[in-house]
Amino acid sequence: MIQVGIDVGAKFIKVLIIKDGNVIAKEQVSTGFESKENAANLFKQVLQKTGISRDEVNSITSTGSGRKVVDFATKSITDVTAASKGATSLYPEVKTVIDVGAEEGRSIRCNAEGKIVDFAINEKCAAGAGSFTEAMARALEIPLEEFGVLSLKSDKEIPMNAQCAVFAESEVVSLLHAKTPKEDIAKAINDAVASRITSMVRKVGFEKEIALIGGVAYNTGFINSLETDLQAKIIIPDDPEYVGAYGAALITN
Amino acid sequence: MKIPTYKTEQLKCWNKAKEIRNDFYKNYANAHENGGLRWAGGAWSFGAIPAGLGDDIYPITGEPYGASIAFDKELSLRCLEAVEKRGYARDLCSYMRNYWGSVILDEYAFGGKFPKPDFIWQDHICCSHAKWYQVASELEGGIPTFCIDVAVGPYTEVTDNRIEYVVNQMHDGIEWLEKTTGRKYDDEKLIEAVHNECRSTSVWAEICELNKAVPAPLDEKSMFSLYVLGTLEKHSKKVADFYEELLDEVKYRVENQIAAVKHERCRLMSDTQPPWGFLKVFRYLEKFGAVSVGSLYTFGLIGVWEVKEDGSWGPRTTPKQKGIKIENRDQALRILTDWNLSKPEWQHFYSPHLKSDMMTRIAKEWKLNGIMLHYNRGCEGLSIGIAENRLALIDEGYPVMTFEGNMGDEREFDEAQTGSRIDSFMETLGLEMIE
Repeated sequence: MIQVGIDVGAKFIKVLIIKDGNVIAKEQVSTGFESKENAANLFKQVLQKTGISRDEVNSITSTGSGRKVVDFATKSITDVTAASKGATSLYPEVKTVIDVGAEEGRSIRCNAEGKIVDFAINEKCAAGAGSFTEAMARALEIPLEEFGVLSLKSDKEIPMNAQCAVFAESEVVSLLHAKTPKEDIAKAINDAVASRITSMVRKVGFEKEIALIGGVAYNTGFINSLETDLQAKIIIPDDPEYVGAYGAALITN
Repeated sequence: MKIPTYKTEQLKCWNKAKEIRNDFYKNYANAHENGGLRWAGGAWSFGAIPAGLGDDIYPITGEPYGASIAFDKELSLRCLEAVEKRGYARDLCSYMRNYWGSVILDEYAFGGKFPKPDFIWQDHICCSHAKWYQVASELEGGIPTFCIDVAVGPYTEVTDNRIEYVVNQMHDGIEWLEKTTGRKYDDEKLIEAVHNECRSTSVWAEICELNKAVPAPLDEKSMFSLYVLGTLEKHSKKVADFYEELLDEVKYRVENQIAAVKHERCRLMSDTQPPWGFLKVFRYLEKFGAVSVGSLYTFGLIGVWEVKEDGSWGPRTTPKQKGIKIENRDQALRILTDWNLSKPEWQHFYSPHLKSDMMTRIAKEWKLNGIMLHYNRGCEGLSIGIAENRLALIDEGYPVMTFEGNMGDEREFDEAQTGSRIDSFMETLGLEMIE
């Protein structure tokens, strides 16, 4: 049995293939402007790489904000369902799934059976998501990959506007002019994003265990800030950005 | 999940409802042609009182007018921008901003220049109500304005003294109306208007009560076009008679299982005013077999209710049904005050818990599967405490979805995001798209 999950996110398209219960391939590509073509091409490439023909595929389930562009999918589900399915299948003890991608953050509360009880998604603004951190890393002139590690070097608490990326960027500029060390600013930014996500998590209520998925789960500084805010240890799956595609692949017709 | 299929058909009195609404706006605009008078005020103002000035007194109520503008996105945007250019803040009531914009641009949403009212007759329960017409009066060069303060507390705490406080203002208001218009006041017309108001608002509640039936005979999107008549002229014979006609039709639909939504399998309610420029959100629900059967807003903004002997919610018994004969002005005003102070949508200005109790009652009695709350940035009054309401409904075991938007400012509503939110909510309820 071959199941495919395609997650068309705001920043990246992820394709994941499960064969007889095991993940055998996963690849990603930038979503770009031609998301429809990019999704179809990535799907073809992954099939070629694994030597699987299109006819052998039993199901293709799309998810993500651009899920509707995958016109060859046999099923389409929302990010909320995909995230909860993926995370609770990997870790059945998980009751709270926090998914922070490039443009959206969401918190999902599940019951013991993995069924969604409540969820919340950030509104209109990317201040609680990955693109916010990316913009701030640009303002600090440091590579995104180093942002989390750098912030862990600081133990300062500098309050920052957690509501608006535009205002936050001007605060970063002010802090730079005030000769504030970059690690302190990086920590302030991670604290601000974590504060916004925490507010959403508390809105739906949370129960342990908690899993964090999505690309922002690579930011170790953010994880530290979030664990401090929630006063809880957070599970980070391997390849956290693929959990949505994994969940989608598991949901067949 | 099994997909049921019910008979559906359009409401027979639909066109009549549209006609009444069109006539309302036309009559207001043309009032002066036949020597009549125009007045402006809120949908909750005591319209029965100016009715005592004669049969040629035509109102325009601000909230439904603001909503009508919101439905016309192009006009609404111009109105909102005109208001912002005058320096008014963007987070004020969006109905009010649409209304002011229409005055500033001197454009009437139903054609021609904005017809200036002869007087303003308003009441004051939410923060925007009195200020709305204070500014409107100034924008129009100083229109005589009278405002009645009705913020005397929730109905359960109303005392004779509190009623007296409102009634005394009404007596002053009638003297003011006579002085302002130069007309002699007719108490018989007031008494008739009070009877009509009690009849129309009670019958509307009865219509909403019929939506407890499965399948629901009405969906909320249609109800928006029907309840609105009560926000225009709840004291008029025309509206009261129409609601009785509608009641008969809805009874027929219930008896014959004529559904609003063909595949009803999930019953929802919303809350606060909808984003008027995007009512298709409610049609989108139907693709999943979900129907919004109403809300505290559609039921209780003009509908007047009471708790019946069996503990359920039903239409409030009118003075006429109780055999009460209204003999004079003071008695009419006391009945009008008591009747309006019991209005459900006035209660939660005092505590979100009162609103949570009413919403929980609706969820139980109307057999709901879930709730969609509109975090409406355009109305401070009806959105106040909505996050508390959400928690209370979750505690009662109801799945709740929230979406942000604005009833009258489309710039604050994200259609794609709301659609995606609905998709997620439907999935959590175990519903897939049918068509």
